[in-house]
Amino acid sequence: MSEASIILNGERRDIGVDIDLETLVNELALPAKRLAVELNGTVIRRSDWQSTVVSDGDKLEVVHFVGGG
Amino acid sequence: MSDQFSLASTTFSSRLIIGTGKYRTYDEMKAAHSASGAEMVTVAVNRVPLDGSAESFLDHLDPKMKILPNTAGCYDAEHAIRTSRLAREALETDWIKLEVIGDPITLLPDNEQTLEAAKVLVKEGFIVLPYFTDDLIMAKKLLDVGCPAVMPLAAPIGSGMGVQNPSNLRIMREQLPDAIIIVDAGVGVPSDAAIAMELGADAILMNTAIAEAGDAAAMATAMKLAVQAGRLGYLSGRMPKRLYASASSPIAGAIK
Repeated sequence: MSEASIILNGERRDIGVDIDLETLVNELALPAKRLAVELNGTVIRRSDWQSTVVSDGDKLEVVHFVGGG
Repeated sequence: MSDQFSLASTTFSSRLIIGTGKYRTYDEMKAAHSASGAEMVTVAVNRVPLDGSAESFLDHLDPKMKILPNTAGCYDAEHAIRTSRLAREALETDWIKLEVIGDPITLLPDNEQTLEAAKVLVKEGFIVLPYFTDDLIMAKKLLDVGCPAVMPLAAPIGSGMGVQNPSNLRIMREQLPDAIIIVDAGVGVPSDAAIAMELGADAILMNTAIAEAGDAAAMATAMKLAVQAGRLGYLSGRMPKRLYASASSPIAGAIK
């Protein structure tokens, strides 16, 4: 299998296998500051992004801040 | 007027806390924030768009502002807890405006889920500021589980209806004299803010009343003054209400 299928912010997405979180966030071209990532319901600290491999079937939420009251 | 208030070891000179939503432009938001004199603003946690349109909203805020993330859009304790943890990771703040909504039409709070979430979050070291229905018993429960303040609504979020139940706020103030009470949601005009402060609120949190005003910065100034006026009025001690008149000028000695 050359691709892993994940659910990213509610949408199915195919990514390469053995990709770590740091690489994934970079590939998505997201502004990396003041961002938080939850993997299968657990927040992954930024310092652990590099050592966290995203696997087939994983559910990822990537959030940032927007205007609100 | 130096009348500061302290919340979780942080001292604020301004008793007005404002939102960052619904502004027509960033420039308008910045002008309103500056005019309001507020020292803390709320922001929402949201999924990052994956179409490359993501930008850093926080860069548009005055760096001196304390940022209070909220859990808007959460309909149960579990989602509010997860959102709080994400906000803490991204912002490196323990402060959270806890908001668990009961339904999309009224946006009224689900007090039961709010309390459940508050219990968990306080144990995890969060400074939990809960939005809830203006109910004394609920306020007591939220304080009992360790919330440093309570944030009763004046009226539904974004309704601009003003203080719908002044008796509830007055009772809450009288029965919880040491609690920090921040009226959150429902203010529409400066007099609403003044009324809430006259009833003894320690501070007011508002968004739409300023963001949707024709001139947001001017309304922000008006709200700042109203909060100050209401606060001073509360501290001054109001005259008693009387059913009948009480002459201000001496009656005896008037010419006949």
